[in-house]
Order: sequence, then C-alpha cells, then structure tokens
Amino acid sequence: MSSLAFRRLTVRYGKRTAITSFDDLVRPGEWLCLIGPNGAGKSSILRAAAGLVVHSGEIEVDGAPLSIRSARRRAELVAYVPQSPELPADMTGAEYVLLGRTPYIGYFGVETDHDRSMVANVLERLDLADLARRHLGTMSGGERQRLVIARALAQEAPIMLLDEPTSALDIGHQQQALELVDRLRHEHGLTVVSAMHDLTLAGLYADRLTLLHEGHVVSTGSAAHVLRAETLSEFYGVNVMVHHDDDGTVVVVPKRAIS
Amino acid sequence: MADRRIDRVPRGNPALWLPLATVLLLGALVLGVMIGPAGNWGSASWNIIWNVRMPRVVLAGLVGAMLSLAGASYQGVFRNPLVDPYLLGVAAGAGLGATIVFAVGRSSTSGWLIDPLPLAAFLGGSIAVLVTYLVGASFGADRSGVTLVLAGVAVTSLATAIQAFVLQRNNDVIREVYGWILGRLTVASWSDVRLVLPYVIVSSVVLLMHRRHLDVLRVGDDEAAALGTHVPRVRLAVVVAATMGTAAVVSVSGLIGFVGIIVPHFIRLVAGSSYRRLLPLTLLVGAAFLILVDIPGRVLQDPAETPIGVVTAFFGAPFFILLLRTRRTAS
Ligand SMILES: Nc1ncnc2c1ncn2[C@@H]1O[C@H](COP(=O)(O)OP(=O)(O)OP(=O)(O)O)[C@@H](O)[C@H]1O
Ligand SMILES: [Mg+2]
Repeated sequence: MSSLAFRRLTVRYGKRTAITSFDDLVRPGEWLCLIGPNGAGKSSILRAAAGLVVHSGEIEVDGAPLSIRSARRRAELVAYVPQSPELPADMTGAEYVLLGRTPYIGYFGVETDHDRSMVANVLERLDLADLARRHLGTMSGGERQRLVIARALAQEAPIMLLDEPTSALDIGHQQQALELVDRLRHEHGLTVVSAMHDLTLAGLYADRLTLLHEGHVVSTGSAAHVLRAETLSEFYGVNVMVHHDDDGTVVVVPKRAIS
Repeated sequence: MADRRIDRVPRGNPALWLPLATVLLLGALVLGVMIGPAGNWGSASWNIIWNVRMPRVVLAGLVGAMLSLAGASYQGVFRNPLVDPYLLGVAAGAGLGATIVFAVGRSSTSGWLIDPLPLAAFLGGSIAVLVTYLVGASFGADRSGVTLVLAGVAVTSLATAIQAFVLQRNNDVIREVYGWILGRLTVASWSDVRLVLPYVIVSSVVLLMHRRHLDVLRVGDDEAAALGTHVPRVRLAVVVAATMGTAAVVSVSGLIGFVGIIVPHFIRLVAGSSYRRLLPLTLLVGAAFLILVDIPGRVLQDPAETPIGVVTAFFGAPFFILLLRTRRTAS
C-alpha cells in the first residue's frame, strides 16, 4: 500500500491558475474523491499526479517525490484514467488493455506470457472476455469505459487516479464499476483518488470527500460533513435536499427552484 | 489445466501473415527477374539478368519497402492515416536538390568521381526536414505534432517555389527534372543498391524496433506519457529514421508517390491495425508491390518506359478511393 501526498501543489495554464497550493495526504488504501463544479480544478490535480501538466509544489508517493522518477517508474506507481480517454476505433479490446503493461516492457522489448495472462485475467474478472477481440469502435460507451478501467488495473500500480470513471455508465454499470474498484482496492490495497460529479455515489464509495472551488479546497472530510445543503448551494449554486440515512449514507437530491 | 484464456490476448507478432508476405515477396522477385524486354527467362543472357534486371528488381524492392515502412511509421507517429513519407518536406527538398544539379549542368558533372545527383537529393531532403523540425519545435507549444506538420507544409511550399524559380531560369532542363520527379528505376545499377542499402537497413531496424511504441502512441501523447512512454524521444527517433530512409531512396529513385499510403492501408485491411503487425508486413509487401508495379512499365512501352511514379499513381489513385469507400462502409 502506498500513500500519496500533495505539497503546495499549484497548477497554472498560462496566466490562469487552476489549482492554488493544494495540500493533502491520501493515506495508504484510502479512497479520496474530489468533487466540485466544472472548472474547479479536479482534473488538474489528477493530471499533475500523472505527470501530464507542469506544476509547482511536490507530489510524493510514500514520501519520495514523483518528479525525480522516470516516466516509466512513475507509471508503475500511478495508473491514470483520463476524463475523456482516446479510444482508437480499430484497436481490439485485448490490445487496448495490453497497453496497461507498457511500463513493464523494456524499450525494445515485447510483452511476455506473464503480461498476456495478466491481461486475460483482468478481462475475465471484469467480465470483458467477450470484448477481447472486438474493435473499440463497435462497442457501447459503457463497454469502452470498463475497458479503460481494465487497462488501469492491468498497470498494477498501487495508486489509481480515476477522472470521472463512470460518467458514461448506466446506473447498474456505475455501481458495478465502483464496486469493482472498491473490491480491488481492498484486495490489493490500492490507494484511489477519483473525481466524480455524482455526489451521492461519491459519498457512498469514498472514505473522504474534498470539495474544490476555483482551485481552492473549501471543505474536506466525511460525506456527512462535506455534503451539506448550505455548502452545496453556496459553491454549486444549486438547490438540493440532503438526506441522511440511518446507516450513514448521504443522499443528495436536487429540488426545483421555487419561483 | 492449461490456461486457454491467455489465447484471448493475441501475440504482437504477425503470426501466419509473415510467411504469406514472404512468399509474396519471393514470387515478385522471381517474376521481376524473369520478365523483361530482352526476353523471358532462358532467352535473356545471364549478363542482362545479372547486371540489368537484378539490380533493378532489388532496388525496386528496397525503395518499395522503405517508402511503405516510412509511410506507416509517419502515420503512427502523427496519428493520421493519410500522412505519407513526404509529409515533412523530404520530397520537395530532394526535388530542389536534384533540380539544382540539373540546372548547373549534368555535362559538367559527368566526370565526377561520385554522381552528385543522389547526393544533392539526399542533402536537399534532409535539410528540408531539419528546417521543418527546427521551425516546428521552436513554435511547438502543443506536443501532438500538428505544428510540425504545418511547418512541413510551409517548408514544402518554399522549396517548391525555389525549384520553380530555378526551372524558370533554366527551362532547358525541365524535361530531365520532370523525368526525375516522376520516378525512375531505369538506370538502376548495383552501385545504386550499394548506395541506399545501409540507410534502408539502419532505418528499417530502428523503425521496426519502435513498433510497440507506435501502438502506445495510438491513445494519444498524454495517455502514452501516463503509461510511461517518453513521447518526444520516440517521436524524434521514428521521424529521424523514417526521414533518413526516405531521403536515401528518393535520391536514387526520384519521387514515387502513393506507395507509402496504399501499402499500409492494404495491410490494415487484411491483418488489422496494430503497428506490431503492420510494420513488418508493410516492409515485405511494400517491396513486393513496387517490384510488381515496375514490371508493366518495363515491357509495355518498350523502349520508351513509362515512369514508375506514373504507374503507381495510375494504380494507386483508384485503389486509394476504393480503400476509402470500404473503410467508410466498414465503420
Ligand atoms: N489545457 C488547458 N489550458 C488552459 N486552461 C485549462 C486547461 N485545462 C484546464 N484549464 C482550466 O483550468 C481550470 C480547471 O480545469 P479542470 O479541468 O481541472 O477542472 P475540472 O474540475 O476537472 O472540471 P470538470 O468538472 O468540468 O471536468 C478551468 O478553469 C479550465 O478552464
Ligand atoms: Mg475534469
């Protein structure tokens, strides 16, 4: 199990600052969910951790800064599922998931039988065996999204970054995918950082929520603590009803504005 | 229990396609050597076969292999299936180099120890791509290679304009220049083969070694980087190797169009689009293709030959349109 620490992380795109001095420590095996309105900076944090945007401040895995690692070594530690993954239409499902093994294959090397059986295994466990030989272009949005998660799992990294992993899934597959991530998290001791828009689901699966607004953390803690009607209406500008179940579940339901 | 699930994940090698492509190439080689204006196998003298046909067939094979492989590699690195090996200005630069040699006068260079024509074409092509790369990299805020392609367009236009200007000043050499531009394998000799062989070998080895990286690049620069690939390094290695090989073959054969697009597309259609299969197969089939396409030009209009660039365009353009149609209906 690995911890992930952000120390004064700042991400700028030209003059626009997307994230200002973000500090957080994600404990080993913890699931942190970033929430916040569009443009709050959720993706920027994940992209910085995946090494895809220039940033100041440090991101550390188990206390060692990621910036000193090679791209390959970083990919062994951190798997990343982007918000809108690139899905080549004429690539097969198995070829796609096999890409997750990239960090383990030498520069001029080829995949080993271990890599292939690893991929077959992941496909099996995610119930995707039928998609192995089909082209991505012929699959439904949900099937593709599960393949993307499969690719991240094939990467066998202790830290998983998921940027809206379930946005294209129906309610059943949403639950299935998140249950899967949760199960794998427990089986393999994965540390998960995700960005999600569905607040109820976020509260259901994550250990901790962090609400971002314009690049700043405005609230962090348990679902019951962060998902409060006043907080949400202040930062999302919405009118919601928050229902607390006896078992600790927090349900966020939108209300019609009364005019 | 043997684990059969692993078979769902195909190996990266081209499996049964590889022997098939090899047989095709061997067949093309035999056919190319057997057929010619001086009569078929048996009637043609050994001298003609060894000193005229063999070098020409081998050269056609090398040129076809190199152009196809470079085309497929460029398509991978720029993630655009319509890109050809002349994208970054090799063709225009080589054309300009050749034009200058013709304009200075072939007669005055005839006594030279080495023929300056391929040398000038090679230099012109390489310089053009170098300029493209420097310009593209200096403005290259985005990492996708779009700036590079745009720089290639600019350099191509510039080189073409200079070439037109030189031609306008020396219109007595227009015929020769166009003869070169349309591609020729006519005067192929063993020395031409020796000239390009090292470049073709080095470039092909480098490109083939990067075929897995091209598969990773298919998911885009960002995701490839997140998967641990050093994207700029891979892109540079592939572009340099493909350019060097292309410039070398262009310098002896002139500009032979369409090969770098048709062959990779054909392979994608029959064997799938994974670059790990595509690259070895394009190499073999590209060689076979150009050897075969060179045959009609040699025998049809004897003794005045049809330039091979015209033949590839003649077969290539309709084939290309057909490919686009099948891709359309398939998707
Ligand atoms: N490549 C970029 N260039 C310039 N500005 C960018 C870029 N990417 C993001 N931004 C800006 O940075 C800010 C934060 O963006 P980010 O993608 O991190 O938000 P987000 O919380 O993921 O939003 P969403 O919920 O819409 O996905 C936004 O104002 C956005 O416009
Ligand atoms: Mg986002």
